[in-house]
Amino acid sequence: MTGFLLRRVLGAVVTLLAISVIVYVVFYVTPGNVAQITCGPRCSPEQVDQVAQQLRLDDPLYVRYWHFLEGLVAGQDYSTGTSVEHCSAPCLGLSYQSDQQVTQLILNKLPVSLSLVFGAMVLWLILGVGTGVLSAWRRGRLSERLLTGVTLAGVATPVFVIGLVLMIVVCGQLQLLPFPQYVNLTDDPEQWAWNLLLPWLSLALIEAAAFARLTRASMLETLADDHIRTFRAYGVGERSVIGRHALRGALAPVIALNANNFGSAVGGAVLTETLFGLPGIGQELVHAVNVVDLPVVVGMVLVIGFFVVLANAVADVLYAVADRRVVLA
Amino acid sequence: MSEALVAVETPGAAVPGVSGAGQFWRRLRAQRAAMVAAGVVALLVLVALAAPLLTALEGQDPNTYHSSLVDSARGGVPIGSLGGISGDHWLGVEPQTGRDLFARLVYGARVSLGVALAATIVQVLIGVVVGVSAALGSRWVDQLLSRFTDVIVALPLMIMSLALLAIVPSSFPRPVLVALVIGLIGWGTIAKIVRAQTLTLKQLDHVAAARLSGWGTWRIARRELLPGIAAPIITYAALLVPSNISAEAALSFLGVGVKPPTPSWGQMLTAADVWYQAAPQYLLLPAGALFLTVLALTVLGDGVRTALDPRAASRLRVGTGRKREAKA
Repeated sequence: MTGFLLRRVLGAVVTLLAISVIVYVVFYVTPGNVAQITCGPRCSPEQVDQVAQQLRLDDPLYVRYWHFLEGLVAGQDYSTGTSVEHCSAPCLGLSYQSDQQVTQLILNKLPVSLSLVFGAMVLWLILGVGTGVLSAWRRGRLSERLLTGVTLAGVATPVFVIGLVLMIVVCGQLQLLPFPQYVNLTDDPEQWAWNLLLPWLSLALIEAAAFARLTRASMLETLADDHIRTFRAYGVGERSVIGRHALRGALAPVIALNANNFGSAVGGAVLTETLFGLPGIGQELVHAVNVVDLPVVVGMVLVIGFFVVLANAVADVLYAVADRRVVLA
Repeated sequence: MSEALVAVETPGAAVPGVSGAGQFWRRLRAQRAAMVAAGVVALLVLVALAAPLLTALEGQDPNTYHSSLVDSARGGVPIGSLGGISGDHWLGVEPQTGRDLFARLVYGARVSLGVALAATIVQVLIGVVVGVSAALGSRWVDQLLSRFTDVIVALPLMIMSLALLAIVPSSFPRPVLVALVIGLIGWGTIAKIVRAQTLTLKQLDHVAAARLSGWGTWRIARRELLPGIAAPIITYAALLVPSNISAEAALSFLGVGVKPPTPSWGQMLTAADVWYQAAPQYLLLPAGALFLTVLALTVLGDGVRTALDPRAASRLRVGTGRKREAKA
């Protein structure tokens, strides 16, 4: 087990490094003139040169990437005009636009995004797996057909359409909830949950549909297995067969999907944040993209990549725990 | 475990790519929902192709402003009932600008379907080349390509395309760019599927026979392997199209996808956000179009998967042409 974990962590680190290279190269070999964009449209050529120097845009790419890695591990000093600012590790650089440290910027926004994604994840796992188990159990009945129809519609609806409709109906027409305004969890947990309810729902409904479909298929497959027939032959109750034995066998692919879908859920979170005006990483990323603030963009993509890789690694471990047939190699 | 399963099922008529298109059509036709979805998709494609014709029939075009049709005193709400629906403007006009909504909707279908199809083609091409090369190449090639694929899969599609679209100059034709970006990031899963399937097929006798008769790698790949991997490729590609449609709409919704004045459903949704009370149909039209398109394509994709899945054959009433096994 220790060897397996060690190898998994090492693999994750290598993957992250590879991601950082790709992202760095792709974004800094840009066709646009970064110095010009950063300086603004009214800058003179001299001013643009100065900015380029400040941003070290003249150095070869590998030198800049090496600096970037150094900063990530050991921190870095930046001269901002007159004073020298220390950016402690893990340093992702300074924002072109605001001279703020990217790490700090991300840390400020991270609680919002994490609240959104993890809250939604709890919802979509409960809703998705619940619906899947239910429709496998009620196979062939009217309730199963209804559930299948609903989940199909869920899969087919883009997250921003659901979010938009929910916002208009719940906040606008029915006025059941106020338009979401982010409140810190530590400030007021109750308000935090109330305000995040709609964003959670819009993100979770889409993902839940995918999980419901997978859980149903996986349950049906497991239910057809010999060991389930044996359980039934021994007189184990249907509730126990479905809820304990079949579910356990069916959970492995669900865990795998949860890891795989984490990336798409983060993408959905960007849309949800933009739609509901939540001040999270997604909103900041959209802003950084619009003003071509490359250090912020690269930093955010890396941080998001980090979470996706982490999710995959955790899923691998859980996979082994959930399904005893998996041999750790 | 899955390799053993495939190996048992592969010989004989169970390989869909080998057993021919006729069986595929029979199995697809046996699914009513899939056929309805296919009809809807065909209609949508037709509408997209005939967009200039349809708008000419209506006598409008997507980009002409009609300031006389909106009430500037009330903030630009369309004049007339139901958002200004009339014989001239079949689905009403856009608030503020008075542009014809029917024309924008059908031209939006072109962007939506065109971008999604182009992106899917890019994804499939890269995925097949990388997957087959990894499976047939040396150990090093396989390691390199497989790890690279892992990295690509780990990159979140939305985030990367969002970021990539920002740095390319706006002079580049936008719809082509969106298709390329989605295509270049989203090929990871298909490469993995193709690699796994090719590795399985490689073990089989007919491939070994081809290799023993001295065929080159390229010829083996084309003649012996491609028919075998066609089924999973088609299945997955059919499900990629709707997800690409959502991706394009999402990017346009965020304002980094297709740029105005080119009409796009995602963009219309952004603009319609604030008008839902005064002109609800402005919001409902693109939302409905998007929903219907993705739903139809998803159902069709599911149908294609069932038709190509050898294990699903027994669930349908048609299939191999042999007598159905007696139900247990």
